[in-house]
Amino acid sequence: MITLNPLRWGKQYESLEFNDVVHFDTGQPIARVGTVGGGIVAKDLRKADQARQALLEVPTDELIAMSKRAAELFENESLPVGDSMQSVDDFVHQQSASTGLPEHMCRSNMAKNSFVLSRMDEILQCLTRGLDLSILTNGYGDEGRGVTVSFQAQTPVLGAILPNNSPGVHTLWLPAIPLQIGLALKPGSQEPWTPYRMVSAFMQAGVPAAAFGLYPGGHDAGGAIMAKTPRSMIFGSAQTLAQHAGNPRVQAHGPGFSKIMLGDDIVDDWEQYLDVMVESVLSNSGRSCINCSGIWASRHTREIAAAIAEKIGPVDALPPTDPNSQLAAFTVPAMATGTWSMVQQDLAESGVTDMTAEYGDKLIERDHCAYLRPMVVHADSPERAVASKEYMFPFVSVVECPEAQMLRNIGPTLIGTVISANESLIHAASQCVEIDRLNIGPLATNRINWLQPHEGNIIEFLYRNRAYQIAPMPAS
Amino acid sequence: MGAVGEVSEAEFQSSVSASLDRLNEHTLKTVHWHFSDETGSPFWLEKKAELNFDPLKDIGSFDDLKKFPHFEDEWLRGGPIRRWVPKGHANKPVYVFETGGTTGVPKSRMVIEDHWKDYELFSETLPEKYFPRGANWLMLGPSGPRRLRVAVEHLAQHRDGICFCIDLDPRWVVKLIKKGWMEHLEEYKKHCVDQAVTILTAGHDVKCMFATPKLLESLSEALEEKGTSLAEVGITGIFSGGTEFTSQWTRFCVEEMLGGPPEESGIYMTPTYGNTLMGLACSKPITAEDGYKIAYYAPQPRAATEVVTFDDYNQVVGYGETGRVKLYTLTDEFFVPGFMERDEGERERPIGSYPWDGVSGVRPFHELASATTVGVY
Repeated sequence: MITLNPLRWGKQYESLEFNDVVHFDTGQPIARVGTVGGGIVAKDLRKADQARQALLEVPTDELIAMSKRAAELFENESLPVGDSMQSVDDFVHQQSASTGLPEHMCRSNMAKNSFVLSRMDEILQCLTRGLDLSILTNGYGDEGRGVTVSFQAQTPVLGAILPNNSPGVHTLWLPAIPLQIGLALKPGSQEPWTPYRMVSAFMQAGVPAAAFGLYPGGHDAGGAIMAKTPRSMIFGSAQTLAQHAGNPRVQAHGPGFSKIMLGDDIVDDWEQYLDVMVESVLSNSGRSCINCSGIWASRHTREIAAAIAEKIGPVDALPPTDPNSQLAAFTVPAMATGTWSMVQQDLAESGVTDMTAEYGDKLIERDHCAYLRPMVVHADSPERAVASKEYMFPFVSVVECPEAQMLRNIGPTLIGTVISANESLIHAASQCVEIDRLNIGPLATNRINWLQPHEGNIIEFLYRNRAYQIAPMPAS
Repeated sequence: MGAVGEVSEAEFQSSVSASLDRLNEHTLKTVHWHFSDETGSPFWLEKKAELNFDPLKDIGSFDDLKKFPHFEDEWLRGGPIRRWVPKGHANKPVYVFETGGTTGVPKSRMVIEDHWKDYELFSETLPEKYFPRGANWLMLGPSGPRRLRVAVEHLAQHRDGICFCIDLDPRWVVKLIKKGWMEHLEEYKKHCVDQAVTILTAGHDVKCMFATPKLLESLSEALEEKGTSLAEVGITGIFSGGTEFTSQWTRFCVEEMLGGPPEESGIYMTPTYGNTLMGLACSKPITAEDGYKIAYYAPQPRAATEVVTFDDYNQVVGYGETGRVKLYTLTDEFFVPGFMERDEGERERPIGSYPWDGVSGVRPFHELASATTVGVY
């Protein structure tokens, strides 16, 4: 069994306390993770400046090259992780075993993380709009227009409270390293794998070990990271988002409520877009914030819902090693039963129809885990509560709503795909502040272009663009 | 087991046996006090009528206490508080201390002098070098209607010192956590710690203190931010307790916060385990060699602990085995014939200074852990 120790600015710390990471289906331990309390985190973070200093000593172009090398190592090579050498297959088995995610999805998330690392130069080019990255290093410089520009780092390290069950989200903190900002990460208790392997890949690629802190632990450790880092990310529920709303120190990531809207001009041809809709709902077992939880159209909504149901309704729980497995397990069975209770409440409302009813039982309970099979629900109006719901399994509401009322009613939408050629609808969607990432045309919500900002631009989160004036000193 | 310290095995076993005799004798005396019409409390005299045995005749040893139903701490909610006062102590001044009570009626325990006696006994375990007589104290923990604040002050006075206190309302802290108001929580903690820093840097010759682990962490950090430390402001002895106290935290405390073991850092820290019902259990000295293992020993015979199986609370587990902590309080003020604590741990063998069973690795009882808000202050 692998042992993962906390990492304190690159040095492994042998804790006296451990948490077991267990197999989702058998309950057998697969890893021991040493944990630390908030006191150790706080003590380390008092030296966070040293993490940034270590990165500042490496030019950004070298850090970018190291990131590309890390991408290669992360995706293809055996790496030292904890007290073991971890092959790619080990990683996939371990991650699948603790998160309940099918192995092919683990591989696909791995590829996604690697892809972002391997394209770091382009990503930073786009996110900074072509800024000479030495300006970030020095804090100021000249872009070539004769005006001094300044970007001031707002924190020596980026803190992150990482999620338990969404291995794809790690792309969000990866740019910190080439931006010369250290990392203080609290790995998810069931998914320590990606941060540990990624940090190992960075270090093997030559990034100074002193830039990395990995602090597995309880709320106490997470609380200390949030309290002691001037900039942190947290992944959680809608309640987590609400708790940190408006706090400039915290970038909170939670449910996406991503949606597809079909314009009146194309809705009669909805069958052309069925694959886009199905992929948006079903990919990654519907777990991501970028999965589609609502499809809105003014007509044909029952036919659309029935057609999606026909595609995803039969999907059943398969072994995680099966390449056809589409469903991730709920590793905490109570989460599945609780979610199922909420869905039942949604279905009890008049005007709401379960379009997947004929495809059998939805809740599958096992000894140590549970599954929820895909559901498509029809709502005859945006007024129905289910129209604004998102759950951690493939679940979508197909909502009947006049086109003119859609944007007024969609509510917060991380990814909004508007399938239409209607210029006025496109213009209105472009203006709609409820939508974060806007896709125009038949783009599945899960297809993310990483050259564009996601839930805020990380450059703006970590750096402040400010004035910086210089006058020559009089000759002495 | 071989010789224990400088004591031979035979002497040690004799000491263990003597302590059990003492516990049995004390149990008999305590039961008679609480169930005699002249001296017992209204609560226990009334309870006596519900029992299917006669405590005055049928309790002859500590083990016989298992005949009683488990003490339910819910009995402590609501009044009248006088029903707990033994008639034998009528007309004496009575304190009431509370526990819990974030919402609803708190649990109350009446005390006359138990808190003084418990802390006087505890005082005997404190090494003079690090807790010098005459030194002043700081109490950085829950105040208000809690036993701890008054008890620590008495400890300081008993050792010829004066105790400085700060206000801390743990019920408000629990509410802040439940509401998710973490910024408020940080500010409240800072508000408390700032007051402690002010006292420690105001020339009051404070050398000893009580602090909960989290407040000790915050205090150490606040002092460090001011460019000083616990050692530099003169602290030499700390006793701590009140929330989850783990070997890992103790290691962090000793190695990183205090700067090493007492002989290097000049600061001695001792963990304690206690509550309003029992009083204070001491830990055997903690060392790196022992993996910072914390083993607590109740102040027997005034209180006793057992580690019992999860499926039969009258069955003690084997040494080194895990079970739930069961608590007995046997003073002439308060009688608890077996209360199931919200903690679990491993049963520890008697040691030379405490020749009776102890408990180590204390942590929240796994069946209740998820419902308990721990680490609150």
